[in-house]
Amino acid sequence: MSDKEKNSSIKEELQRWEKTTLPRWMRQRPERKNEFRNHSGMLIKRVYTPEDIKDLDYMLDLGFPGEYPFTRGVHATMYRGRLWTMRMFSGYGTAGQTNQRFKYLLKEGETGLSIAFDYPTITGYDSDHPFAEGEVGICGVAVASLKDMEVLLDGIPLDKVTTSMTINGPAAMLLAMYVAVGDKQGVPREKIGGTTQNDMLKEYFAQKLCIFPPKPSLKLVTDITEYCTRHLPKWNPISISGYHIREAGSNAVQELAFTLYDGIAYVESVLKRGLKVDDFAPRLSFFFASHNNLFEEIAKFRAARRLWAKIMKERFHAKSPRSMWMRMHVQTSGCTLTSQQPLNNITRTTIEALAAVLGGTQSLHTNSFDEALCLPTEEAVRVALRTQQIMAHESGAADTTDPLAGSYYVEALTNEMEKQAMEYIQKIDDMGGAIAAIEKGFFQKEIADSAYKYQRETDEKKRIIVGVNEYKTGEKALIPILRIDPKVEKEQVSRLQKLRRERDNGKVEKVLEKLHYMAEKDENLMPIIINAVRAYATLGEICGVLRKVYGEHKELIII
Amino acid sequence: MQTEKKIRVLIAKPGLDSHDRGAKIVARSLRDAGMEVIYTGLRQTPEQIVETALQEDVDVVGLSILSGAHKTLFPKIMELMRGKGLTDVMVFAGGIIPEEDIPELKKLGIKEIFGPGTPTEAIAKFVFDNVPRRT
Repeated sequence: MSDKEKNSSIKEELQRWEKTTLPRWMRQRPERKNEFRNHSGMLIKRVYTPEDIKDLDYMLDLGFPGEYPFTRGVHATMYRGRLWTMRMFSGYGTAGQTNQRFKYLLKEGETGLSIAFDYPTITGYDSDHPFAEGEVGICGVAVASLKDMEVLLDGIPLDKVTTSMTINGPAAMLLAMYVAVGDKQGVPREKIGGTTQNDMLKEYFAQKLCIFPPKPSLKLVTDITEYCTRHLPKWNPISISGYHIREAGSNAVQELAFTLYDGIAYVESVLKRGLKVDDFAPRLSFFFASHNNLFEEIAKFRAARRLWAKIMKERFHAKSPRSMWMRMHVQTSGCTLTSQQPLNNITRTTIEALAAVLGGTQSLHTNSFDEALCLPTEEAVRVALRTQQIMAHESGAADTTDPLAGSYYVEALTNEMEKQAMEYIQKIDDMGGAIAAIEKGFFQKEIADSAYKYQRETDEKKRIIVGVNEYKTGEKALIPILRIDPKVEKEQVSRLQKLRRERDNGKVEKVLEKLHYMAEKDENLMPIIINAVRAYATLGEICGVLRKVYGEHKELIII
Repeated sequence: MQTEKKIRVLIAKPGLDSHDRGAKIVARSLRDAGMEVIYTGLRQTPEQIVETALQEDVDVVGLSILSGAHKTLFPKIMELMRGKGLTDVMVFAGGIIPEEDIPELKKLGIKEIFGPGTPTEAIAKFVFDNVPRRT
């Protein structure tokens, strides 16, 4: 029997089953709901068969791991060769405290660092700025100058450990500080490895920690990418992020489409700078959320790789397969965690982490069970790390590559994800691109609507969240809470003020003047920013100069 | 027949954190419940929030914060409100606020603190039940 004949007989058999076996069961044991949908609103069928993937072409649509279109993974040996990087996002209090946490995590088997900065740092204000009051060291570590970065990375060999920095508006300044510490350690620049998030576009509609307006921000993103391509070959200049889009309330398809569209915008911008696609595209990396619908997420990761490969090949005419591969970091979804019965979050995180591993991620952060209440305690973060280690070493999930390939359901979902994401991409193209869509409020409205829909469904119990709208205990959570001592802010402020007294202020003034001049001339600012941080100009001072030149972003409010 | 005046609510985001999903959902659900809602947008200083509350002549202020700076910012806002004579405005709050901080914040005059997972109807009902009756 040919495949075609086999399929048509399956189709007939399915119709027979629907007429004979199914109705009996539907009477005796009716289905729990009239319809089943995933978060993206896709209708989930009762059962999937070869009929659902009859057009799937193995070599064209899946291929082999490590080869175009990378649906099955970016490496040929995947986790059989090397496990994903276990990278726990961490940072709190002073640089010294976070340095201790880093060392603890490395000792416990973490394999890469990921720095969480506090809000003043993220928004480009020094720790002693009036806006920083009450926020210093609270949600991350305070880094106001190279001095803090030196303490933060003390004793950590930058040629051996790679570091991811969740930093966007001031990405250039924090990268400059990292490079300066590397120089002091005597590490050659070509050996410095890591990632700056540096994805400004999603800031305007998802994470919303913006300093400058979209156009100069895109210019800075491009400066960093150009600089890294030329001088820091092991650095990933941008981590094109869907995580924040998802956390802000989008569904999986929107997360996928908007993230890939931001990627398109960055590629276009760097190409305009005169770089060749195959020179920089291999180092673009991605960052997604792993929400709680296991199969929807797995399909999203697989579709993301295939779609990006096609975009790079067909839209940007990349030649090198490495320009087409999508490497990704995944974080389990913070917004699925509940403050009620917080230990249940360990289970949620496990399911989400499993989706990321079955979806072929390169790097993973697992949330701690207490994160709906506070920054994680040491115990909570250890359980989160152990969750990854159990998955890696005990579950068998890492023993073969892309184990769900060929599943009728997963392949059908992967196709549907790709199709719906492509429809969004065409829509944004028609709007005139990412910046135009931001200025129109398109992304913002799409996300706000999805977030509201999700909440309504939860309120109406169309969606059950254990411990929140069902299986409630009414008990208050009794787990230890990480508290940041208010002394942290005082100490940080006095250290910063001491730095201002003791540094060569004439030198700082000069370098800031030069920065101002170069920013107006539209030059690549990375080299001068490196000089500025080396002179111990503070983050707030450097951002202050650029605020004067570029102006500040004004939020477009859409509820 | 006189139609009843709509309840005016200001939803405000003090501090530097940008987690506005909750604030926007609360704003929208109170609007859907029939109130007039003004949303400040992100990164408002206590001064800006109180000024907006005054200018917009609101009955209710809802503060949303997830950065952990509530112990610094909420007392400031409450103090400024008293200073401007906004003592008849009902204030509630939401976000990531540890249980043990709640009594202290309520002492400042914040009527209720809603944690993650609160149904939006519960917030709307609370506002309807507790809005100060103004003539």
